[in-house]
Amino acid sequence: MKTYLLPEYLVERDQNRCIRCKVCVNQCTYDTHYYDAEDDVICSRDENCVNCQRCVTFCPTHAITIRKNPNANTENYNWTLEAIRDVKKQAETGGVILTGMGCDKPYFTYWDRLLLNASQVTNPSIDPLREPMEIRTYLGAKPDKLEMELENGNVALKTELTPQLCLDTPIMFSAMSYGAISLNVHEALARAATECGTYFNTGEGGLDQKLYKYCSHAIVQVASGRFGVHPKYLDVGAAVEIKIGQGAKPGIGGHLPGEKVTADVARTRMIPTGTDALSPAPQHDIYSIEDLRQLIYALKEATDYIKPISVKIAAVHNSAAIASGMVRAGADIIALDGVRGATGAAPKVIRDNVGIPIELAIAQVDQRLREEGIRNQASIVAAGGIRSSADVVKAIALGTDAVYIATAALVAIGCTVCQKCYTGKCPWGIATCDPWISKRVNPDIASERLANLLRGWSLEIKDMMGGMGINAIESLRGNRLALRGVGLTETELKILGVKMAGD
Amino acid sequence: MLEEEKAIAEISAKFLPRVKVENERWKIDADGMYYKDLNRLLRAISSNGAEKIEIHNVYGQRYIGTDLDVEVQIDIYGTPGNDLGAFMNGPRIMVHGNAQDGCGNTMNEGQIVVHGSAGDITGHSMRGGKIFVRDDVGYRVGIHMKEYQGKKPQLVIGGTAQDFLGEYMAGGVIIVLGLNLSEGECCTAKFVSTGMHGGVIYERGNILEVEKGTKVMKVGKRDTRVIENLVKEFCEHFGADYEKVMSAQFCKIVPVSKRPYGKLYSY
Repeated sequence: MKTYLLPEYLVERDQNRCIRCKVCVNQCTYDTHYYDAEDDVICSRDENCVNCQRCVTFCPTHAITIRKNPNANTENYNWTLEAIRDVKKQAETGGVILTGMGCDKPYFTYWDRLLLNASQVTNPSIDPLREPMEIRTYLGAKPDKLEMELENGNVALKTELTPQLCLDTPIMFSAMSYGAISLNVHEALARAATECGTYFNTGEGGLDQKLYKYCSHAIVQVASGRFGVHPKYLDVGAAVEIKIGQGAKPGIGGHLPGEKVTADVARTRMIPTGTDALSPAPQHDIYSIEDLRQLIYALKEATDYIKPISVKIAAVHNSAAIASGMVRAGADIIALDGVRGATGAAPKVIRDNVGIPIELAIAQVDQRLREEGIRNQASIVAAGGIRSSADVVKAIALGTDAVYIATAALVAIGCTVCQKCYTGKCPWGIATCDPWISKRVNPDIASERLANLLRGWSLEIKDMMGGMGINAIESLRGNRLALRGVGLTETELKILGVKMAGD
Repeated sequence: MLEEEKAIAEISAKFLPRVKVENERWKIDADGMYYKDLNRLLRAISSNGAEKIEIHNVYGQRYIGTDLDVEVQIDIYGTPGNDLGAFMNGPRIMVHGNAQDGCGNTMNEGQIVVHGSAGDITGHSMRGGKIFVRDDVGYRVGIHMKEYQGKKPQLVIGGTAQDFLGEYMAGGVIIVLGLNLSEGECCTAKFVSTGMHGGVIYERGNILEVEKGTKVMKVGKRDTRVIENLVKEFCEHFGADYEKVMSAQFCKIVPVSKRPYGKLYSY
């Protein structure tokens, strides 16, 4: 069938600059560029280009420009180019349209409509470069009260404390499974988390033996497919996370296609090479809050009650009520993943239409747990759409304890958010299991870039806190007076629990 | 003293009147004992070198044997609760009674023998070891069972199963004997083997109605050997008549493809 789809991008090459070095030919994993030896010229197949900017970045003479194809249908606000393309794609194939990364639609970003406060005259701001500033964060259930007793004249803690994760900065790396991303990226995340005193999340694909040495900074995930879940895996992790849902694809399962299940991925997931790794939509031992409690306590039993158990859900319409149930079911950490949360592969229609923005979910969950007097029984971790340290500070002011970042982490090591992760051919060597392509990520360099990002964000967080006259992150958590809204309706302000700027 | 040793000493002292040792068999009276205590006691005893443990008066305590990774034999008298032997790695558990839901959940190695029926999701995501159930099992049994290298989970059901048997099954062996069915009667389970993409289900006779994506075939020599070995063990556990069980014709259900959803996506 002849395709009616035009190339999305055009590759323009300045032949005066091109030195026929073929870097672009070698770097493109989609076969966009090729060398014509007869004419000694490099040409391009525009229809293959995904605008990942790999060739542009590596071209030594800056000879390449990728341009959006100007030959487009008459676009209107209803029938956008994207809508027309999608219909054509499905008319030609009859399948589900896959995509990668998070929802890219223009609405839903509340971070940009929230502004932070600063101290002026009536309370002094603090200079974080010269004064102590505490951003260490503990995740886990906190006791209702602390009881002390006197022992030989010394005060001793009588209350038995529950297990905690100690974060030197309130930013963790969100769940990305080995299989969706390469082992080199997993290693980079593990090393950066270890270096920066925070945690990375294994995702649902298990933890490779090679990375067990970083296990004290690993949150090991148990998802519906139970891939790579065995006693040792549970024993080595610093915490265990039950994955119920993911912001990019709430309510649906995962599906790692057989061709990505290489021998190494198969070993880590503990399945045969080349079979589809299917994660069922629900965990079939969890159909209710009571069942969730059962799995939480099965994992607590399995780990001897010495590790916090996290439960991750996608932010959906009734998250607040669900979160209340999760806390009562015994979750020590509640991870919320918003509509912007990314993925290695999801049906586009789900990614772009299901879930709610994380900002609203944080505010509602925090509010509900406070009203019910159980906020101390679990920590909240927010994920999905954190792009900068400002987003982190706003998230904490709205009521979260810490955040998970994933897209930002991948961008730090090269990702350009071209949304083609599902092809398994990521030219940046990130979302791939191809041994040749994944060599493009050097764990030494990638972990350094990640550590740099965390360091930079942590400094900025301290700066923003200092400006507000706050020297401990506890004083910022749930402190919605530190926030004001702009361009928001009364209902939106009410749900976020913040005042209008100027009020 | 290590924290762990202290805990063992403490828990053993607390429950000393509940534990008796006779002929190298450790007997626990679990009447009214909280599951957390029972499991700590079980761990303490088994890591102290006990080889045979009997637990009496079990009334629904959950997670018995969860994450236990020693080769110990545990006899349970009564009804163990949900998630019996979850994440288990080695013990041999004999249940003298019925088991509830989630028996052998994500089990890695070991054996569970149920002298009665077992509930829903028996063998959920099981990766290794064996489960024998004398009578019937509930819904979604053997869901997402998978095999890995030398590990091959095996589940033998003496009676019948409910809907979604072997759903998403990715490896291992399930045998449904249907011994409590009368002549010509079939198992009423619907959606059997839906999404199956690995492993094999054997049925004694042609008693299961399977979903598309799988095919029913005659058993070959290698299949017969697998069936014979497992049926022999089944008969030894429950005293069934081996010749009689093997006298019927077995069929096998296998997936058509390792990639059932390979053509679902357009981009």
